[in-house]
Amino acid sequence: MADQLINQVLWPVIYILCIVLPLVIAVAMFVYWERKVIGWMHVRLGPNKIGPFGILQAFADVVKLLIKEVILPTKANRFLYFLAPLIALIPALAAWAVIPFSGQMVLSNANAGILYLLAMTSMGVYGIIIAGWASNSRYALLGAMRSAAQVISYELAMGLCLVCVLVLAGSLNLTEIVNAQAGSKGILEWFMWPLLPVFVIYFISGVAETNRAPFDMAEGESEIVAGFHVEYSGSAFAIFFLAEYANMILISFLASILFLGGWLSPFPASWGFIGHGGFIWLFIKAFMMSFLFLWFRATFPRYRYDQIMRLGWKVLIPIAIVWVMVAGCLKYFDVVTVGMGA
Amino acid sequence: MNPQTLQLICFYAFSFVTVAAALSVISLKNTVHAVLALVLTFFSAACLWLLLEAEFLALALIVVYVGAVMVLFLFVVMMLDIDQEKMREGFVKFLPVGLIVAVVMLVEMLGLVGVRAMNAHVLGENPAVAAGMSNTEWLGHALYTTFLLPFEIAALILTVGVVAAVALTLRERRDARYETPSQQVRVDPRNRVRIVKMAAVRPDEPTASQEPQP
Repeated sequence: MADQLINQVLWPVIYILCIVLPLVIAVAMFVYWERKVIGWMHVRLGPNKIGPFGILQAFADVVKLLIKEVILPTKANRFLYFLAPLIALIPALAAWAVIPFSGQMVLSNANAGILYLLAMTSMGVYGIIIAGWASNSRYALLGAMRSAAQVISYELAMGLCLVCVLVLAGSLNLTEIVNAQAGSKGILEWFMWPLLPVFVIYFISGVAETNRAPFDMAEGESEIVAGFHVEYSGSAFAIFFLAEYANMILISFLASILFLGGWLSPFPASWGFIGHGGFIWLFIKAFMMSFLFLWFRATFPRYRYDQIMRLGWKVLIPIAIVWVMVAGCLKYFDVVTVGMGA
Repeated sequence: MNPQTLQLICFYAFSFVTVAAALSVISLKNTVHAVLALVLTFFSAACLWLLLEAEFLALALIVVYVGAVMVLFLFVVMMLDIDQEKMREGFVKFLPVGLIVAVVMLVEMLGLVGVRAMNAHVLGENPAVAAGMSNTEWLGHALYTTFLLPFEIAALILTVGVVAAVALTLRERRDARYETPSQQVRVDPRNRVRIVKMAAVRPDEPTASQEPQP
């Protein structure tokens, strides 16, 4: 009984903490990194006052947010107003359960991993919608409306991209998808080459799904002040912030796992030490992908609402549908063979 | 506590949430709350399916209904300007009719379930487990081999439904202004902006062109 309790309750909880705590720290450091990188791109210094090179800025911000007063707007729906940040955060954290960090390091090696991810990421939009509605504010409601339409549109494109990946890999299991990209030629075996347009579409949809610039219609500071979380302050706002950044890091990891060979080394296995897979490769890839989020934000102006819809429905989805057929042909004619794993 | 007991506890917990949420869908005063209760109903129904090891159906339910259909539904309900009081009117008046319909449905369902239960043959082993495949894999094989034709027909019917819905609601407005992106990108900057070259002028230096103050 006690044995069972330890094996089935205690260890999973410890594993979950091993994922969530570093994730929260990573979010804090990523916020700092974002402000620094955008500062450099704007020829500014970025945060540089707190700690060496301003590295403790994010922690100072967290403390500031936590001791700020949480204000409930008049006639706001109290229960839903406080529920919304949690609904945004929980799927963002729950999705990490199926992420394989290396061949053996995975919390839940679920067979339907990709479906689970799709389910979790599609739940996140409720946080935004409920927040927008419960705030009893027009700006917030408009932000929620925009976000709902945008997330649904880009989820379709994202789903089609995932279909391409699982056609080639022949599995919904993320560990098997990475193993399918293994082979003697290193980087050339990754799915990003046969699925290059899909890879691009996936990442664009990922940026749109997380409501990041240039798709930050839900926030749109210059149009609707801050969109769905305009009425939130203090720790409730901090939770939205945490969810958004956790989702960004998640999309970076997923793009690395699905298209960039996950923990596999870009060099052939015959090159010795450098050719071995390991979670460090996954972190390098995810870091590079997450850098793109920041680069986009510093580079592109925000899309207009009709432009977003046009891009999603008339450009990305048709290309993805065509590429589903291309992926089917690649698989059927054995152009792409599935690796056996390291 | 053995796994079966745990599963039973989970089953009752999820069933309780499902039924409670389904009841609140029809009893909550606020329409948005009712939609959110419906979301909860779907979600806990998906959890029940997960307990049955029907993982594909459970996750598809969440992706399709919770993630897409209900979001659009919520979208519409939030936009509606519903007079809540008016909606509550006539609740007592229609209650007897509603009760009669409910009782008839209950009797029919009991009849159906009862007849089924009498000549029931115990469900066989989980076919996915028997075939040594995951639930999703088995479902995929079944859908794309044995049931290919019904599957394709269902897909066709759904597509027709989408086209019909669009055709019914699409109204071309003559007075609406449209943008054509292909025309926009073909614009030649030379037709839009004229760059004038001129020598630099300092405002504090009175030049010949400036009128003297009267």
